[in-house]
Amino acid sequence: MGVGFETVPFLTTFILLPKTSPLFPYSSGFFSQIFCESPTRLIDPQLVSSSLLPANLLILGVSYLKMPSETMDVPKTGFSFDLCRRNDMLAKKGLKSPSYLKTGTTIVGLIFENGVILGADTRATEGPIVADKNCEKIHYMAPNIYCCGAGTAADTEAVTDNISSQLKLHRYHTGRESRVVTALTLLKSHLFRYQGHVSAALVLGGVDVTGPHLHTIYPHGSTDTLPYATMGSGSLAAMAIFESEYREGLTRDEGVNLVTKAICSGIFNDLGSGSNVDVCVIEKGKKEYLRNHLTPNPRTYISSRGYTFSKKAEVLLTKITPLKELVEVVEVGGDAMEE
Amino acid sequence: MVSSQSESGLLSSEGDSQRTQYPYVTGTSVIGIKYKDGILMAADMGGSYGSTIRYKSVERLKQVGKHSLLGASGEISDFQEILRYLDELILHDNMWDDGNSLGPKEVHNYLTRIMYNRRNKFDPLWNSLVLGGVKNGQKYLGSVSMIGVHFEDSHVATGFGNHLARPILREEWREDLSFEEGVKLLEKCMRNLLYRDRSAVNKLQIAKITEDGLTISQPYSLKTFWNFGAFQNPTVGAEGSW
Repeated sequence: MGVGFETVPFLTTFILLPKTSPLFPYSSGFFSQIFCESPTRLIDPQLVSSSLLPANLLILGVSYLKMPSETMDVPKTGFSFDLCRRNDMLAKKGLKSPSYLKTGTTIVGLIFENGVILGADTRATEGPIVADKNCEKIHYMAPNIYCCGAGTAADTEAVTDNISSQLKLHRYHTGRESRVVTALTLLKSHLFRYQGHVSAALVLGGVDVTGPHLHTIYPHGSTDTLPYATMGSGSLAAMAIFESEYREGLTRDEGVNLVTKAICSGIFNDLGSGSNVDVCVIEKGKKEYLRNHLTPNPRTYISSRGYTFSKKAEVLLTKITPLKELVEVVEVGGDAMEE
Repeated sequence: MVSSQSESGLLSSEGDSQRTQYPYVTGTSVIGIKYKDGILMAADMGGSYGSTIRYKSVERLKQVGKHSLLGASGEISDFQEILRYLDELILHDNMWDDGNSLGPKEVHNYLTRIMYNRRNKFDPLWNSLVLGGVKNGQKYLGSVSMIGVHFEDSHVATGFGNHLARPILREEWREDLSFEEGVKLLEKCMRNLLYRDRSAVNKLQIAKITEDGLTISQPYSLKTFWNFGAFQNPTVGAEGSW
């Protein structure tokens, strides 16, 4: 032992345990695979132990006996679905896995006479707890395209960021403004490739040369093209408002009011949505991101006196001793930090 | 020690007592609101058998005694059973012949007890009920669910109506709605449900109960609007999507 890994082609580590030791359950007899020192090789320890050692001693560590370069596996890219087999096995044994959680959100979009208006609430939940009171759910895709995201926050952010950079590269390549259908197709094919495991439900809206467009994208990759759309756990409450009050040819102010009303309906009638209303208005050639357009949930009870803490202990004496006088600081010549 | 792992994860095996029932013929939401003179209730007339709409003339709003109106969603056969229980209740009440009659509050309480006791026996009546009425000038509107959850409110809805109609009612309900305004509000909610609830049918009844008595309207249908420009040609300008 004590040999550096770089200098010898293989490393031997045996930790021998008598069968009576309390560590017995953790020894190799109870594992079918043990991860050895070298990260890419898994060996069945039974093969090693039975031939080399007395029967009452068991190996805790396993040696890697071949040259690393001969057997290096290239790690697989993309998602690893190994745990799916484990989940299937558990499900067969009767374990009920948690069902699909529609994480709390209300996101809406509507088309008005000159463009698209997107709206979202600002609450991010972690189960029953509000994790972020004022998060941003309207994501930038292109100067003329924005996307609201519901579902797992990490998934919506990662997917919109990824497609946003793809769109930018495409803009450099073509020299033209991005189109909403481009973003739609990129998002849709990405989500379909992951078969719904990327849990992102999106409302994509923008104005391009062909006009204003509004689409919804579901986690499995299907899309709809609609004049008004809602997604998230508060979608029914918001859709109730849209279905009863949407008309064609709304003006900008009417549209913003309707979107705000729909998001407020989600905020007040759905537990998964809350806090403030974000609105984004996209028209031909210009966009307006109204962050916290409406804050209908202010902190109501704030002490007007402020917070003061009474000084219970009286200060009798103040003495300050700089530590430099007490300690000897020796500069060592050479590099400051060696990894 | 015998490991209990094989039994712990699984729910009751087949052959045990019938614990869960499944509803077969179901009605969808009922909406009720208080208005100036009394209670207004609306329900459509559909009875779905799973995902088909089997019956299109199911009356889900019924009178109970002199002062109350009952609307039910959920299993239709259980609703008919409840009507039998209430029939018996009203009959016994009439037999007393004491000049007093059971009001909506009492009927609501009776229904709550029935539902809760059935749920405790693990044999629920698979309904969500809305009960409204007026007695001695007092308006009353309450709701009972299949497990016995009951409460009283100015506007109630069952099933999908909770998600689609209640937000509208919370915005737009007022204490002093006139009859026409109340009907318009209910129609707005029912139209919403028609668009967005798959088991809704476009044939509904509206019932009104006031101090003077009960009227259940004839069945009629709502006007719907499908002519949005975007629906005509949804993928123009967005070739490749649908």
